[in-house]
Order: sequence, then C-alpha cells, then structure tokens
Amino acid sequence: MKSLLKFITCGSVDDGKSTLIGHMLYDAKLIFTDQVQALELESRVGNRDGKIDYSLLLDGLMAEREQGITIDVAYRYFTTDKRSFIVADTPGHEEYTRNMAVGASFADLAVILLDATQGMLIQTKRHIRICSLMGIRHFVFAINKMDLVHYDKSCFEKIERSIRQFISEFETDSLRFIPVSATEGDNVNRKSQTMFWYRGETLLDYLENIEVDNLTGEEELLMPVQRVCRPNHTFRGFQGQIEAGEINTGDEVCILPSKEQAKVSDIYVADKKQDTAQMGQSVTLQLDREVDISRGCVITNSNQVQISDMFTSQILWMDDTTLVPGRNCWIKIGTKQLPASVMDIKYKIDVNSGEHMPGNQAFKNELVVCDVALSEKCALMEFGQNRSLGSFILIDRVSNMTSACGVIMHTLRRSDNLVWHETTVTKQMRCALKNQNSKTIWFTGLSGSGKSTLANALENKLALMGRHTMLLDGDNVRMGLNNNLGFNEHDRVENIRRIAEVAKLMNDAGLIVITAFISPYETDRENARRIIGEDFLEVYVSTSIEECEKRDVKGLYKKARNGEIPNFTGVTSPYEVPQSSELEIDTTKISVEEAVDMVIKQLKI
Amino acid sequence: MRNLTHLEQLEAEAIYIMREVAAECEKPVMLYSIGKDSSVMLYLAMKAFYPEKPPFPFMHIDTGWKFKEMIKFRDEMAEKLGIEMIVYTNMEGVKQGINPFDHGAAYTDIMKTQALKQALNQYGFTAAFGGARRDEEKSRAKERVFSFRNAQHAWIPKSQRPEMWKLYNTRINKGESIRVFPLSNWTEKDIWQYILQENIEIVPLYYAKERPVVYRDGNLIMVDDDRMKLQPGEEIEMKKVRFRTLGCYPLTGACESEADTLEAIIEETLQAVVSERTSRVIDHEAAGSMERRKREGYF
Repeated sequence: MKSLLKFITCGSVDDGKSTLIGHMLYDAKLIFTDQVQALELESRVGNRDGKIDYSLLLDGLMAEREQGITIDVAYRYFTTDKRSFIVADTPGHEEYTRNMAVGASFADLAVILLDATQGMLIQTKRHIRICSLMGIRHFVFAINKMDLVHYDKSCFEKIERSIRQFISEFETDSLRFIPVSATEGDNVNRKSQTMFWYRGETLLDYLENIEVDNLTGEEELLMPVQRVCRPNHTFRGFQGQIEAGEINTGDEVCILPSKEQAKVSDIYVADKKQDTAQMGQSVTLQLDREVDISRGCVITNSNQVQISDMFTSQILWMDDTTLVPGRNCWIKIGTKQLPASVMDIKYKIDVNSGEHMPGNQAFKNELVVCDVALSEKCALMEFGQNRSLGSFILIDRVSNMTSACGVIMHTLRRSDNLVWHETTVTKQMRCALKNQNSKTIWFTGLSGSGKSTLANALENKLALMGRHTMLLDGDNVRMGLNNNLGFNEHDRVENIRRIAEVAKLMNDAGLIVITAFISPYETDRENARRIIGEDFLEVYVSTSIEECEKRDVKGLYKKARNGEIPNFTGVTSPYEVPQSSELEIDTTKISVEEAVDMVIKQLKI
Repeated sequence: MRNLTHLEQLEAEAIYIMREVAAECEKPVMLYSIGKDSSVMLYLAMKAFYPEKPPFPFMHIDTGWKFKEMIKFRDEMAEKLGIEMIVYTNMEGVKQGINPFDHGAAYTDIMKTQALKQALNQYGFTAAFGGARRDEEKSRAKERVFSFRNAQHAWIPKSQRPEMWKLYNTRINKGESIRVFPLSNWTEKDIWQYILQENIEIVPLYYAKERPVVYRDGNLIMVDDDRMKLQPGEEIEMKKVRFRTLGCYPLTGACESEADTLEAIIEETLQAVVSERTSRVIDHEAAGSMERRKREGYF
C-alpha cells in the first residue's frame, strides 16, 4: 500500500506557484478531462491570452478568480505509482499570513517557490518563518523561471547560498534546492535538457521518495482522551488517537494530570480488538481498574509530559480584533478546552525580518512571544517534543472566532513555587466572627446610570443592619491602587482584574464588598466572576443612555460629545450588555430604596 | 513501528473528527444521502464509537424522487444497524407539485436546500456531518473540515475560521451551526478502495446491470417509475449501465459500463477520463455555480 505525503506550496502568484502545481497535475495526466475542458474554457474567457493557464486549476473561489490571486488554502489530491499526495496550496501575500499558517500546520514538508530573476525576497523569509513556526522540518526550494535567466547555473547557486545562510537559524531535517521552469515544465516532472548541470531528481521524483516520518521506535506513548465510551455498565473505554509511541496489552500507563497508574487490559483499533496499536491510529483503550478519566486527560508512559498552568509561547494573532493581554479567552490544547488568558507580551517578532520589537498589544497577522495562564493545570509539552501537546488555539469568548494559534516554547513552574498559603484562621471563621456571609456585589452600567448612588445607599443600609462592608468606587480606586492605568483597552482590562483580585481578598477577610465600575466588557466581567467565584453577584444597572446623558451629573457626556474625552463608554467606546447578571435594575422604573431592598433580598444574609 | 498506509491514515483522521464532534457539539446529526460516500461515512461512524452505537441520529433529506432501490437500501441499513434514521421531506414543496422535470434549479433549491434548512431548524441540530470531499469541486477544495454556517445557513468563504493542526474550534453562537466533513481528504479512488478493502455494502445501482434508460440532453436517464414522461422522439432502451453518483433519478446520468464487480468499478475509476460530478446536472451551469449554491445554504 502507498504512503501519504502532505505538503504545502508557498510563494506568491508572481512566482508561478499555482502554475507549478497545475503543471504537475496536468503533465502527469492526473486531472480528469472535463476539468481540462473547464480549464481551457475559462482560460479563453479569462483575461490571460489564449494559452492554457494552469493556475486556473487551483484558484477555486469566485472572488479569487476575479482578482487573479489565491486568497485561501486549496487542497489538491493526486496519486502516482509510488505515493498519494495532498497539496495545501496557500497564498503568499503578507495579509494572508494566517491562511498560510493553516496550510503549514497541515503539512509535513514545504515546497517554497522563488523567482530566479528576483532571488530570495522578504516574503521567502516570511514563508520559512511561518512554516518553521507551525512545525515543518523538511524544505524544498524550487527556483522557478530559470528560463528567464537563461538556465544559468551560477544564478541558481547564488540563491541557494543565500537561503542556506538564512535558514541555518531554524531547525530543519532536510533541505533541497531544485531549479525549475513551471511554465515549460523543466525539472517538474521531467529532467531538464537545458539544465544539464543539475544532477538531482526532478521535483516530483523527490517528493515521491522523501521520508518525513521519524519512526525511531523510541517515542513514548501519548494519547489525549477524546471521549469516554460507556455503552453499558460493564464496558468503559477511553477513545482517542495515539499521538506518539505504541501500546501493548498489559502495558503500565499513567493518566495525567492525576498521575494515577493502571494497566491496559484491552485495545481496540477502531472496532477490532488487537494486542498492539501505534502512533496515528484511532483507538479505544480499556484499563484494568477504575480510574478517574475524562476528556482532556492524557494516557502516557512518558515522564516528559509536564503538568502546569502557565507557559511561554510564540503565537500568531489571526483575529481582526486586537490582542489585549489580561483578557480572558478559551484555549484548546490537545483535546482539552478551558479558560485562559494571555499575560504579558514579552516582545513581537517581525514576521519578515525576525527582529524583536517591543509592544503590549498585537494586531492581525502579528507574531508575539507571550506567557499564557490557564485556569487549571494541564498536561503540556514543548512543541519541539510533541506537536499535539505543544500546540494550541485561542478562541474569543464572545465571537467564538479562532483568534490565535501558538506553540509552547517552555512551561513555567511559577505555580509550583507559589503555593497558596493556607492560613489557620479560615475564611469561614472570619465570616462567622462577623456573623455574615461574604459577598461581592458588582454594579455595572453606563456612566451616570446610578451605580454609585445605589452602591452608597446599599452600604448605608447594610451598615445599619450591622454588616461589615467595603465600597470600592471607580474614581477612588483610580486615585490610588490603579493610578498608573489609563483608559485604553489594555489598561481597562487590567483595572478590572486588579479590582476583582482586591474584592476577592476582602471576601476572604469576611467582608461584603460593593463595587461600582462601568466595566463595559462582558469578557472582563466574566473574568471577575471567575476570580471572585461563588461570592460574585452581578447587578446590571440598565438605565438607558438617553437618560444617563440627560442626567450627566459630572458633565462628562457633554465633554465626550465635544470630543474632549477619548474612549468614553456609550459614546466612543462600546458597552456590552451583560448576558448573565443575577439582577437588573432600571433606575427610571424603581426608587433607590426599592432597588436596595431587591439587592438585599438576593444576598440572603 | 511502521508507516500507516494512506487509507489507514484517512480512516484514523475521519474517526478522530467524528469523536471530536460527538464530544464537543451539543446536538449533532449525520446526513445520509444513501450514496457511496454516505455508506463509507456511516461505516466509519459505526467503527468510531464501537462498541457504542453512534451517539447521534442520521437524517436523509428525501426529495421524493430518489431511485426506489436507494430508499429500500436506506431502510434496510437502518434496520440492520439499529440506528435512528430521520427522513425529512419538504411537504410544502410536495403540495405545490414541485418536480425535477418542470422546475429545474428551483426544484433543487426547494426540495434539497430549503428542505435541509427546515429540517436542521426543526430539530435544532447544531452540527451536521456531510460526506463532501475536497476533490469534488474547486470551491470545496477550499472549504474547512469544520465549516461554519450563520443563522441563515449560509457559508461565507471570506470569513472561514483558520483551522490549525487537529485543533478544531467547535464553539458557536446561538443560531449558528457547523457542517463537518470527515471525508474532506478522501478522493473518489480512496472511497472505492476503502469500500473494497472493508467490504462495505453499497446500493446495487453502482454496479452495471441492464436497466431501462432514455437519452435526454446528452445524459442517459433511467426510467425508475411512471412519473417520467417521455418526450417526442425518446425511446426506452435496455442498456447495461451503472451510476457513479446517486441522487434524484431524473437528474442523475448513468454511464454505460460492464463493471459489475467492485474490482471492475475501481478499474474503471482509475482509468476514468470524466470526473464524477459531470453526471450531476447542476454543476455545469456556469463556473462557480456550486459556490453560489453553497453561499445560499446548499450543503
């Protein structure tokens, strides 16, 4: 049976990339005749003169054909006598870096195209960088348009030298340089007569024979659990795909993160019971004893896997929105999905030059090195050791967009060194002494909606009831604790995070905390909810913008409308209406006293 | 350790994808068209969750114009495997008498595209498996394995989510849904070779046999029942034909063939000079017609 090679082609339209692949398929008679007819037909109606335009085989979407560029990854399939191939054909322009990363993450080998008349360009460097980031270790450089430089050997060698020098800073397993002419077909499928000086294989020959799997047989078992299969009370199997190593019936395995041990009693490869299974196979494992395993756990015999909740990574930001450190998102690593946040951005990497640059935000198609914190400990590996436990995606909590992809450079043991100090006097004891339950009442709403008034009245009432309280007010906090923060998005996120952490400490002290902050973003409020935990009670003060603007107690709306205050919530900056508030209060409909009573009723103290 | 064969790799990948959906999506369904790709998908689903039954129902959008043999096969398979098979027909379309002879493209839209949307909405499915492959058509070649549809079930090619490694993002907002294509990376040849290797049951229409057909607009159309009215000059002939794809009988062209075994079919496929969708009438209309249809919600 044949093996499968997945490869990516990188280069821009000008390098003749689509033409190269189109020619490969066409020459090898790997396309069906009606596709050839469609191609010739479209060639004639298209804007390129009557000759067969091989690139039309690949440009699939209407928008692309009209613009004459390749904007998304296209997958092509072909088979020769020796091998089956899947080609991810990707766009080369900088604004489509993320599409290229999609193709690269899928591939084991990259064919990078260069124009012989131009040599190595900035885009070539970018292509190498992205492929390498996504885990490709095998590179083929096709130096195209050799016909335009008179099939000159020295020109080819000069380009080869410059690439070799550049690529030496990246980790690679194989490198190959092939001079080709995509339009004429030289060294694509057939040996070039004119480039007699080139002794190597043609591109297709090379791709048919290269070995990309490193099956040393020494890898240790890794299987992230996808799901638990329990059709009845007697059968309990753990399903997943083996990402490394092999497994035999009777093997001792360790389950992470719990570190429990068990023996493998039965192995099913798909639906067939077998004694052994190996990397790449989708299996169901049964163990010899009851162990607590759920989706996201890892079954392994390796001691290379680390258990951590923080790591340093390189990420490619792919979202139209801006990356703001501190903001909460979803992360998916292996088969585990959990809340996480990007902490400090250490530096950005220029995708073209590789230069390190300072920055505390990131935009679409930018590469950054940053720390990522997880909401719980997970089984992780460095990307260099294992792709599957070392790669991740970040998902926006509101839009659900895949905002970033990244690779783990190294895990951080911070959390291991930093142990939460268990005090002898507990939170329960502090609460009991005060004869109350701790709580954080989080008022959110537009400026002028009545948050501060309500918070103040609530604290008064609670004080009269003999409760121990603390009111955190926006302006007061900003004058002290947060006086180093401004009003841009990044600082607003940090402002809310600090307040939530302070509220949490005060809850631990047994206090009832009342906060009054605009807190306009759902993700930030959700983050506060996560930090504070079960004590959190969100009250949405839903007074309309029209009413707030009419009141304008501090004269701020007027200033904002005059353009004197940038980033003013409700005017020049958005307010996201809460989705999961415990309580909603419209101050135009009920009195302050009524509102306070509503909150106190909710408190159950 | 050894290198897995390409079929083993494709099988493991498809199973991985199905398990991800079962684990993460709220209410999945597997669309079942009775064709060979659906047969492979159903077979893989039975394998993926073994010894459990697939933890989702199957659904067939029945236009009322499928080959009789297809319907028989569908009901037999569901019965034999003990799976839940939902059959949905756009009854509004039936009442209006929408048919493939008189209504052309409108028929496909009402009885297939609209019917599918109605069915997905009615049952509230959040993820639907489909058997589409990327080698079928140029716009399919660019579609992700997990392909998002907005609340109108439309595909927006420009805002496809990036899909990295095997990390599929299954999160959606209310009203949105996902189409999942576990056979994305399979080719027509792979499908046939896998059917042979695993001895998978397929509808007998794929095998060459003497069948009653007429020539119409360059296609050989099988006369499956008396709803098909002959046009002047048309004559029913018995020819040894088989089908490379299956759909509504008036819209599915047969090809003359002697291939009545799997081996012979594969032999024929390997030497094929006409790619399979030529026998499906809708794809021809104009370059890009499939993409336009998909934007409107065609599967």
